[in-house]
Amino acid sequence: MAEEPKKGDAVGSGVGGREAEEEQVVNPWEVTAKDGGKIDYDKLIEKFGCQRLEESLVRRVERLTGRPAHVFLRRGVFFAHRDFNEILDVYERGEKFYLYTGRGPSSEALHFGHLVPFMFTKYLQDAFKVPLVIQLTDDEKCMWKNLTVEESKRLARENAKDIIACGFDITRTFIFSDFNYVGGAFYENMVKVAKCVTFNKVVGIFGFTNEDHIGKISFPPVQAVPSFPSSFPHLFSGKDNLRCLIPCAIDQDPYFRMTRDVAPRIGYQKPALIESSFFPALQGETGKMSASDPNSAIYVTDSSKGIKNKVNRYAFSGGQDSIENHRKYGANLEVDIPVKYLGFFLEDDAELDHIRKEYGAGRMLTGEVKKRLIEVLSELVERHQRARAAVTDEMVDAFMAVRPLPHMFS
Amino acid sequence: MGYTKDELLARLKELQIDFVCYDHPAVLTVEAQAKYVGHLGGALSKNLLLKDKKHRYYVVSALANTNIDLKVLSQRLGLGKGGLRMAAEEALQEILQVPLGCVTPLALINESARDVSLLLDQGFKSQESCYFHPLTNEVTLSISANSLDKFLVSIGRQPSYVDLEANPAVGKDNPPDLASLVPSGIPTLPDKVENAVTSIPTGNDGLTVEKPTKLAGEAKSPAALQKEKLQKVQSSIDPLAEATNIEKLVKEIMNKTSTAFLNEITKDLNDSQIAPSISDVVKRRVSSDLEHMMMSLKNAAYTQGFQAGFQATLRSSLQSLSMQK
Repeated sequence: MAEEPKKGDAVGSGVGGREAEEEQVVNPWEVTAKDGGKIDYDKLIEKFGCQRLEESLVRRVERLTGRPAHVFLRRGVFFAHRDFNEILDVYERGEKFYLYTGRGPSSEALHFGHLVPFMFTKYLQDAFKVPLVIQLTDDEKCMWKNLTVEESKRLARENAKDIIACGFDITRTFIFSDFNYVGGAFYENMVKVAKCVTFNKVVGIFGFTNEDHIGKISFPPVQAVPSFPSSFPHLFSGKDNLRCLIPCAIDQDPYFRMTRDVAPRIGYQKPALIESSFFPALQGETGKMSASDPNSAIYVTDSSKGIKNKVNRYAFSGGQDSIENHRKYGANLEVDIPVKYLGFFLEDDAELDHIRKEYGAGRMLTGEVKKRLIEVLSELVERHQRARAAVTDEMVDAFMAVRPLPHMFS
Repeated sequence: MGYTKDELLARLKELQIDFVCYDHPAVLTVEAQAKYVGHLGGALSKNLLLKDKKHRYYVVSALANTNIDLKVLSQRLGLGKGGLRMAAEEALQEILQVPLGCVTPLALINESARDVSLLLDQGFKSQESCYFHPLTNEVTLSISANSLDKFLVSIGRQPSYVDLEANPAVGKDNPPDLASLVPSGIPTLPDKVENAVTSIPTGNDGLTVEKPTKLAGEAKSPAALQKEKLQKVQSSIDPLAEATNIEKLVKEIMNKTSTAFLNEITKDLNDSQIAPSISDVVKRRVSSDLEHMMMSLKNAAYTQGFQAGFQATLRSSLQSLSMQK
């Protein structure tokens, strides 16, 4: 799986090049807005053919789970879906489902944008009390980033530690890396899927060209088959009708459009999706988060001093250039990064509303907003680092062991 | 902390149980409740929380016009003539976790009520819908007896319907017919010095005193039945899953702590309103961190166990392999 938007890493430049001039480009390897502006999510939903996540669905989730919805649902971070309402129907009937998410381990350093889908998936696991499989696509990164097999396997294990630190329940979670797990029933499903997708189709969906090596072209089934319970015989044996819900960023949609197309043809249920928007870079929506620029994001390894420094110096402000102008015109909330980040991580709805109101009216200054953000982020990072310190190699081994999970639905 | 009305209703929905809710101002008696919902056609219930001399608790839930004679009931349970009385107000809070005037079979969803016995009026079975409080006095829940059964089974209970007005003779040749409904575990209440007797009551207790030795043999069977029943109930609740339910644990810890705090603080403060809202804020802030820490603990403990299991299997395999040579 790919993560945040990266310019210049585009694969399939043929397709990308044609579109980049006129339209935005969103696929697992490239996310660029039109004319260097903002991503138009409405257009994206229309183009992809998924659904908007309406308020009524959020209320329904609250009713069914008996607890307040996660911040990301309340604030529209997870804003689109495919068949999420069906999953809720299934759940209401007393049937179960399982969760599937993943990460492409391309770098050791994880930032908050990477954690967003995992934080949300943990909430889903706790709220619905369902099992989860997490795929680490070390093979994908080995191919796309030209890493050695050993290095990509090592990164997979390192990333697994940060993922575990998000608070997943070991009695309900199976983490696997492709290099370790592909084979057996999983591989059988890969072949079944591969038989149903022509070369033309993958070129159309993913933008592959004749110059791309065959590893890339045959990769998509690897990311597709965790949606099918029969890929995990040690977990879901005999439960062939178990539905799957996939929380992911919306740039992963192409993989699962392909999967949903193939599923009925091989006698499987279509996976459902719940999709998030992109996490903005510190320097603003139009900036790019890149592994080479440590100031473009807040990393989970940052100290509280480092966070304070980064936010104060690099977080793009929507405030006016002078205090008088600011008091007069207020802040531009559309582009202000601190307020956007607070939208992701500040739990208290009332407080966020207050900040937006006061800052937008010019009564609150950028410095105050940044200060609050620094507090919130520092708390989060501290909690993550504490949890991360408790994750050992043995714990990773246990999470990744091919073992039954007898209490996965309790 | 006890279940809230909303959590209860969410659970009923999960179980696909049909129900209707009627809101009304808080009511403490059946008469008051009747003023608001009495005309709607369902059967009002009267609910009692009773206690015996060995501090065992019973919820008796009956149609409003069923006559309940505590003396008769006491004998039928094998508790002697004066063995049952109304439980104290504190017990409502501590065991059923409902307010005054709100005793209801639905309160058995709470862990604290796991040792409470439930007696249901068989008259409910012939009613289309029965009215109970869903953990609050401000709502009446209308539900069929079948649906109530479904709910009870889902929380690990066997519904026991009893002819509450019957008055069978209890004596040497007629053992107490409801003796199997006497709980065998004893709930321990905080702040009370109890002799926590965990064994099953021996045959002689509570029976009318007549030829004890002979009765001892007979009486064991209802007691043994009770043990069996409890074992059946316990096997449907997975103890490991219960013990590793982090959310529940955190809720309990936070509640105990904040209750203790509140008690101390309100001793000195005149205004007892501030403290609860402060404790809510504190709870929210700490609960989240506490939940994360507990998850780390759970995962670490599992890992240690996993390692140990793996090593043990490895050793025994190697041993059996080397013995084969």
